[in-house]
Amino acid sequence: MKQREKKVVVKTGKLKKRENMMGYLFILPWLIGFLLLVVYPICESFIYSLNTIKLLPQGMVKKFIGMGNYTQMFLKDPNFVIGLESYLLRTIISVPVIVAFALIIAMLLNGKIKCRGLFRMIFFLPVIIASGPVMNSLADQEAASIPMLNTTTISQVLSEYLPKVLATSITDVFGNMITLLWYSGIQILLFLAALQKIDTTLYEAAKIDGGSKWECFWKITLPTIKPMILLNVVYTIIFMSNNEQNELIVLIYDTMLSATGGYGYASAMAWCYSLIITLIVAAFALLIAGRKDVYERRAKKYMKEVKKQERLQKKIQRRGKRNEKRYQRKYAS
Amino acid sequence: MKNAIKENTHHDLSLQKREQMKYKLKRFIFGSKDKEGVGKQIFVYILLIAIGFIYLYPVLYMISKSFMNLNDLLDSSINWIPSSFYTNNYVQAFKAMDYWKTLKDSVIMAGVPTLINLVVCALVGYGFARYDFKGKKLLMGLLIFSFILPPQATMMPTYVFYTEIGLVNSLKAFIVPALLGQGIKSQIYILIFFNFFRQIPQVLIEAAKIDGAGHLKSFFKIAVPSAAPAILVVFLFSIVWYWNESYLTQLYVVGAFTSNADIYHWSSLIVSLKNFESSYADARAVAGSGMVDINESIKMAGTMLSILPLLIMYLILQRRFVESVDRTGITGE
Repeated sequence: MKQREKKVVVKTGKLKKRENMMGYLFILPWLIGFLLLVVYPICESFIYSLNTIKLLPQGMVKKFIGMGNYTQMFLKDPNFVIGLESYLLRTIISVPVIVAFALIIAMLLNGKIKCRGLFRMIFFLPVIIASGPVMNSLADQEAASIPMLNTTTISQVLSEYLPKVLATSITDVFGNMITLLWYSGIQILLFLAALQKIDTTLYEAAKIDGGSKWECFWKITLPTIKPMILLNVVYTIIFMSNNEQNELIVLIYDTMLSATGGYGYASAMAWCYSLIITLIVAAFALLIAGRKDVYERRAKKYMKEVKKQERLQKKIQRRGKRNEKRYQRKYAS
Repeated sequence: MKNAIKENTHHDLSLQKREQMKYKLKRFIFGSKDKEGVGKQIFVYILLIAIGFIYLYPVLYMISKSFMNLNDLLDSSINWIPSSFYTNNYVQAFKAMDYWKTLKDSVIMAGVPTLINLVVCALVGYGFARYDFKGKKLLMGLLIFSFILPPQATMMPTYVFYTEIGLVNSLKAFIVPALLGQGIKSQIYILIFFNFFRQIPQVLIEAAKIDGAGHLKSFFKIAVPSAAPAILVVFLFSIVWYWNESYLTQLYVVGAFTSNADIYHWSSLIVSLKNFESSYADARAVAGSGMVDINESIKMAGTMLSILPLLIMYLILQRRFVESVDRTGITGE
């Protein structure tokens, strides 16, 4: 779609340009908000992170200490590094689990089943009620883990084959199965909407050509919903990182109000944390968007072949001309 | 005996028949390419029901626990069904949370920013979708960036900023960011509206322009009436996310860290759930011996009460909600 638009570039006239200025007017509120509530706080937060800040009755007292907060965070304070480590492990393991799970449920819901409305209602339910305090109070009651699932045996089996760090985090995943499943409400929604938009004629054509369901999934469904997978992964990472179950978030909140930490130290933590989240998002995005599927690879191969043929053709033509000249010279003399 | 002889004589025929039967059975269970087999369907249903149960488990647990009295709680033979229909827990939780006042506050706190969000995000989304101004791509990129950015990075300076201009401890702290398109997850709503308005044919708007409609008029008369599904989705998401936001509510609106007796004290159901134990103790101190000691059932009743309005709203809207999600083009291309 976009490419087709690009080919027909019509130079916009003056009237059109003036009209397009109205666009700025429409997005003006957001633009002001962005400058005032995003750009300004980010800069301010960076300044905070270079200072120690004390809240006294007469107001805020800043003292510049350079990179002191950052060195303290990584070298002296064990909490942040430990929290970061467990956060990274958990995110890397649970994001694929959530996304894969959401895809499976969306595919099941997309098929021809009875009581579709009822099932959909159940699976979207967490979107409505999964919030911090509710989840916390459920976790307190141990209602957030499946009682039939025996995690100790799983961990025993796993720890025999895997290094301990991995084994414990995988056991964690099983232990918090319900929590993880509950986090996949929105993702199911997005996948379902994407699946319903796939052209059914594609499947029919594949069926006529003798493609099995398994092949259809890998060669039609997955490539079509690839952008949606990326979106879901990004959403999951952001959601996992920003909710109140997250230890690091709790740590930042606590530091902000504690006597030893203060705004400056908490700002430094928040800065590092957001940098790390951005890095994770970028890594996942590269991993998914960078991977080419079958068609892209084939198309690329085909283009390469065509170019090679063209080059060969030119070479032959050139050689022909050269030979022609040579013959002419030979017989002319 | 006779059978055996018969089988021997018609050996080939029966073998053929058996093969045929086998094939039919196989097709019946596993299905062919055109029709799904019964076995496969049963498998899908079992999977769906099992996962659905896992999804519903915490809610069921919550409901069942909230109706138990103290004896039922201690009795290990009672797991799911309470011995009597005991509603006293709800009465107690009702008192502790000061339910009617808190409910009213919550509705206002979630409703007002949601309405503002609807208007502002629709305007901004329309601006992005309809007009081709300079730097549009860059601004869209910034929009997505501000979605990825964790709120903790900007929270502290924002809090200081709000305090300076006197927004804290009132509903203004939610209204002003919503007006500027920077409310809780406003970026998602802008993107939803952007995707939706892009699908409106430009010809329609041009026709309106020829008939003399201005920019705003064509927005209100053409874009908005056709955006009903998008409006429903944004409305539901926004109200749910504002309702479930506990930390920012506590920080900005409830004013957990400043005490000022003169102003109106806001409180939301989620925040009061978060502080349920302390508020219960307070209520108990006031009421005297009328209230029993806090136990799990009362906590669960409190949790149930705090999500009940959302549940009811969801049950009413869910059918149209799912349909709308299909049609909004949340998913982009």
